[in-house]
Amino acid sequence: MPLSPGTVAPDFSLPTTPDQRVSLQDFRGHPVILAFYPADWSPVCGDQMALYNELLPEFQRFHAALLGISVDGPWCHVAFSKDRKLRFPLLSDFEPKGAVAKSYSAYRNQDGFSERALFVIDAKGVIRWSYVSPVGVNPGAEGILTALESFASPQEIDHAAATHAPGQ
Amino acid sequence: MPPRLTLPVNEKRDHILGRPDAPITLVEYGDFECPHCGAAYPVVEQLRKEVGSRLRFVYRHFPMTQIHPHAELAAEAAEAAGSHRKFWQMHDMLFTHQDALDEAHIADYAVEIGLALKPFLGALASHVHAARVREDFMSGARSGVNGTPTFFINDVRYDGPSDLDSLLDAVDVAPGIRR
Repeated sequence: MPLSPGTVAPDFSLPTTPDQRVSLQDFRGHPVILAFYPADWSPVCGDQMALYNELLPEFQRFHAALLGISVDGPWCHVAFSKDRKLRFPLLSDFEPKGAVAKSYSAYRNQDGFSERALFVIDAKGVIRWSYVSPVGVNPGAEGILTALESFASPQEIDHAAATHAPGQ
Repeated sequence: MPPRLTLPVNEKRDHILGRPDAPITLVEYGDFECPHCGAAYPVVEQLRKEVGSRLRFVYRHFPMTQIHPHAELAAEAAEAAGSHRKFWQMHDMLFTHQDALDEAHIADYAVEIGLALKPFLGALASHVHAARVREDFMSGARSGVNGTPTFFINDVRYDGPSDLDSLLDAVDVAPGIRR
């Protein structure tokens, strides 16, 4: 079972590129969506991350940050991120392998990678919703959006700006 | 249980082929630049032929704009055509020309299906239809659309393969079907 709602989200500091680290503390004051996934490049993960990439404007209405986490190394993340044009950080739970996933009770010891697990954390660092999907199934975004709505109020969205952000 | 459609099919709002009282409603969430949707296009055409008046088909937008640079433009173009009752003509044009979806080509398709070019391009430039496309997209995200194409048969997400035989089998056993 993944860490449940009401639990304080364990802090972490992980590399996102070979020379940059991201820690959960950096986002205090904002909701955070943690998306643990088994591996870069596997088809389901790709679709899942592509979907979240597309929904970033929606998450940003709640001032929420999205972080993808897998046991892949930072060089792998850089290549994957570039290939899929991801606009949110991917963190490397690489050394010690899977330590952060383990701290969220979202690691598959038998496989050596994390569960496909989602956590929505509030601005004070408390887990408000968690979910583990079967490894081969894309959990979609519905649960994340419902969780965000349960404690954060969205801003009105400017459709034209959201769908036509610069750099696309 | 697979997720259900959260935004019900609406005869006024949606783009629909088929009779309002058809016992089977097939909804596709699609992206005009997605190769899997392109592959599904002739399958849906064939399905419509084989099932006939028992099926009504609904198309909603789910553009994956970060991986498909022309998907948003194409979706808005279909809506712009739709505002002149030519949604399906543009839908067909886009799915049969997936390798040429830049604005110049889309303008050619608009002319070919008989749209006045200036207002059409104006609607694209000012993104008149962006809100509608986004509404479709969000309705999909809230209904369990994970990628494209995603089909719903009588409001229930269909998780099987998108080939003709599988879809024929699926619509045959769809909930609420009178055979």
